Amino acid sequence: MQQFLDLTLSGLSQGAIYAAFALALVLIWRSTRVVNFAQGAMGMFTTYLALLAVDAGWSYWAALLLALGSGLLLGAFIERVVIRPVENGPELNPVIVTLGVFIALQALASLLFGAQYRSFPAPFGLTGLQAGSVNLAITPYGLFTIGAVLVTMIALVALFRFTDLGLRLRASAFNGEVSRLLGVPVGRMLTLGWALAAVVGSLSGLLIAGGELVWPAYMDPLIVYGFVAAVLGGLDSPAGAVIGGVAIGLALSYVSGYAGSEFAGLAALLILVAVLLVRPAGLFGRATVRKV
Amino acid sequence: MTDTEAAADVPTPGRPQPSGPPASRWSALVARVRRPGTPLGRHLRGLVIGAVIVIALLELVSPFRVSQITTLSYYVVACAGLTLLTGINGQISLGHGALMAVGGYTTALLLPAGLPFLVAILTGAVAAGIVGIIVGAAAAKLHGPYLAGATLALAVGLPGLALAFADTLGGEQGLTVDVPRPPAWFADAHFFLFGSDPSTTQYLAYIGALVAGLVLFLLANLHTSRYGRVWRAVRDDEVAAELAGLRLGRLRVLAFVVSAVCAGLAGGVLALATRLVAPSGFTIVLSLSLIAAVVIGGLGSLTGAVLGSAVIVFLPPLVTGLGARAGLSDVQAAELAPLTYGLVLVLVMIFAADGAAGLVRRLGGRLRRRQGPGTGPPRSGHDAAQESDDAARRTS
Amino acid sequence: MTAPERRSERPAPRSTAPPALVVEGLTATYGPVTALREVSIPTEPGRVTAVLGANGAGKTTLLRTISGLVRPQAGQVRLGERDLTGAAPETVAGAGVAHVPEGRGVITELTVEENLRLGSLLGRRRASGRGGPARGWSLDDVLELFPAIAERRRRPADTLSGGERQMLVIGRALLTEPDVLLLDEPSLGLAPRVVTQIFAVLRDLTEQHALTVVLVEQNARSALEVADTGVVLALGRVVAVSEAAELAADQALRHAYLGF
Ligand SMILES: Nc1ncnc2c1ncn2[C@@H]1O[C@H](COP(=O)(O)OP(=O)(O)OP(=O)(O)O)[C@@H](O)[C@H]1O
Ligand SMILES: [Mg+2]
Repeated sequence: MQQFLDLTLSGLSQGAIYAAFALALVLIWRSTRVVNFAQGAMGMFTTYLALLAVDAGWSYWAALLLALGSGLLLGAFIERVVIRPVENGPELNPVIVTLGVFIALQALASLLFGAQYRSFPAPFGLTGLQAGSVNLAITPYGLFTIGAVLVTMIALVALFRFTDLGLRLRASAFNGEVSRLLGVPVGRMLTLGWALAAVVGSLSGLLIAGGELVWPAYMDPLIVYGFVAAVLGGLDSPAGAVIGGVAIGLALSYVSGYAGSEFAGLAALLILVAVLLVRPAGLFGRATVRKV
Repeated sequence: MTDTEAAADVPTPGRPQPSGPPASRWSALVARVRRPGTPLGRHLRGLVIGAVIVIALLELVSPFRVSQITTLSYYVVACAGLTLLTGINGQISLGHGALMAVGGYTTALLLPAGLPFLVAILTGAVAAGIVGIIVGAAAAKLHGPYLAGATLALAVGLPGLALAFADTLGGEQGLTVDVPRPPAWFADAHFFLFGSDPSTTQYLAYIGALVAGLVLFLLANLHTSRYGRVWRAVRDDEVAAELAGLRLGRLRVLAFVVSAVCAGLAGGVLALATRLVAPSGFTIVLSLSLIAAVVIGGLGSLTGAVLGSAVIVFLPPLVTGLGARAGLSDVQAAELAPLTYGLVLVLVMIFAADGAAGLVRRLGGRLRRRQGPGTGPPRSGHDAAQESDDAARRTS
Repeated sequence: MTAPERRSERPAPRSTAPPALVVEGLTATYGPVTALREVSIPTEPGRVTAVLGANGAGKTTLLRTISGLVRPQAGQVRLGERDLTGAAPETVAGAGVAHVPEGRGVITELTVEENLRLGSLLGRRRASGRGGPARGWSLDDVLELFPAIAERRRRPADTLSGGERQMLVIGRALLTEPDVLLLDEPSLGLAPRVVTQIFAVLRDLTEQHALTVVLVEQNARSALEVADTGVVLALGRVVAVSEAAELAADQALRHAYLGF
């Protein structure tokens, strides 16, 4: 019972990170119909920038802002420069472009920052909280993770629901042509959408690094888990991505805890295949997967 | 009418027709080979010419180059299969590295049991094919990014098995592979022809080249056969293909299985060539370099698969050398190769979606002045309205 | 601008002279297909120009070319002093051309009100661009004009009926404060009574606000009733231009091109 509780708590904080990553994927998918396989590498890269800043004596918070800011720019840059030219071609082309960005960024990171393991700081404690005499598996940093993701979600909901910019962003994602006829600069909105998504992706890269080791490939599993979470929720649904992320976080935590961490990747694969076969549109999606 | 029945009663150009006594069949085959322009003839001639070139290379170049040729051979095998899947049938797979692992591990497990290595490699291919059936059945329902993500999950998840069953599969350390020695007949033949005993490295390269040659030959024929046409039809217009009565699901699974078998073979050759199978040898990086090779070479062309594989094998030492001379450390210089593929991958998609093979074709066409206005790159399927939309949008 | 007392009654008619739309010699192609050949149409503020013709005649292409969704090979689109030839759709929209596309163009994932708000966003920008605080139209004006959608303002737009959607997109177009209104088959799939109703509203608006209206229609009879001028397209060419009443009276032409 104690173990179950522990696994649930650590699953929740991992799940929050998967949720953020999945949300980044969904934001981009909704607006440009591209799954950004470079999202992990982008988050990795901005986390390294934060690490450089910390090395240079910046506070964690300043470094965090730097990472998010550079994520914003990186996302905008990638959409403008490499995605835009292939967006309307065959659907395989943007997939391959994001893979190219993924490979290139990872290599660039090894080149610039070195391929060795580095430890990344955490702004809060990493030892479990006490509840009376019981040691819980939730750490102050875990709470910070959940809180940071929640704040981000709320900020995004507020942006999309309640602001004019959010309305323009949503309109562009849903129906570019009609939006343009209503004077919305759709091209700029898509760039902004990528930029925002990249900020969320950077956040997830930073959060998963806290108190752990980073190396250029440390985000690779997250791409898969985040993708599975996004598909589980229905690639079109931001709320679905969040729920999917938490569900995957819990599921993988239980699998790792009870069966062994080497099964986590396999479990993710099985969940993905099961979802795609049973409910290809995801739990909350409406779109059909194959349009024949 | 199912597609298999159709295949049975439509004569395929790549296959001799099963009629008449063997002698006349043989002469028909010879005639086909002689007649320029029949695909089978072209492919057979390609095979022979390729064999001569490879043998000459293997006898003349340094042992380091010989081992590079072995590496090239398994890349060619895997990429040829992936080209069939991605280029011809339009399904992407980021999980072929995992299928190679299935072939490689099977080979590594069977060799100590005293099986001849060819049997081991072929069993590995069959094992990969079986996994391919399962993955292909799931994949048949998916497209584009969904398929990419699912196969990526395969690439990340499957190596976990090696850790989970560490007793049999060796865990992180993996399994070492006993490399077969050249058998007496091979050594004799080699001595007779070239006046020297073959090294093990040469022997392995011969095995790799043989497998690669056969795979290319078979796939080239499949490419020009009815199945090749049908797969392309499915890729280009799925709705029309379905309306024409093609069974999309089965065709997709079939393409996946053929391609998985190739990956399995490649994994077997890799196991022999590197003498080790371990999870670290079958990472996402392997899967992605296969995709990179196929795309850089040119989606949908076997020549492209060979060219792309050559880029993946020969570029790293080249750029690493350049980087080292430019003052980078060895570790840093080694990253120049993936950096280059990544960038090239992006550039190819933006500027030349038909890759190196398309470039060669277009250059050749220009030289021969046969380039008509209608022959563009094959897979830039824009429609005009969309293009003007794009054009309009760029200006914003 | 004369509207210090906004929303007292109906929005006040504008005082400055609206810019004139000029569509001259437009040629447009889709790859090998030439959809428009040197098409010019007469338009005038306060008047409705009906563009008629069989399926595939090029009517939709004409509107798409005016609004910037298709780039012309040759020809000109001007609004007042501004050359809009080949401009991006958002630029054309910002200049005051509201295009209500074929198939209605409701953004179904948004609510009714959000669809309307998108129109107001552009309208506000245009009003402030003109330097005047006055907006001809507010959301409430439009909801008052189309009470049917007022009740449904918080619902997702895909729950609307065909007629309601048509009201929504026309209302949304009005909120952008347009000088030019391009309507592509607004009668498609609507009951005759609803068509009459919408056309009557259209007629009023055109006159009150000196709108330049280009009305593309299959339903030639009703269109000519509401229009001042008629243009007939066939295979991408203009085959007839004249007063709407004359066109409607020309029996030979009607039989050949308009099917009534
Ligand atoms: N996106 C496109 N790509 C290629 N050809 C097109 C495209 N859109 C229209 N066409 C062609 O251009 C011509 C004019 O089409 P358009 O849609 O303008 O006709 P229309 O008059 O609006 O017809 P309808 O009354 O059926 O709406 C037709 O021959 C059509 O086939
Ligand atoms: Mg039309």
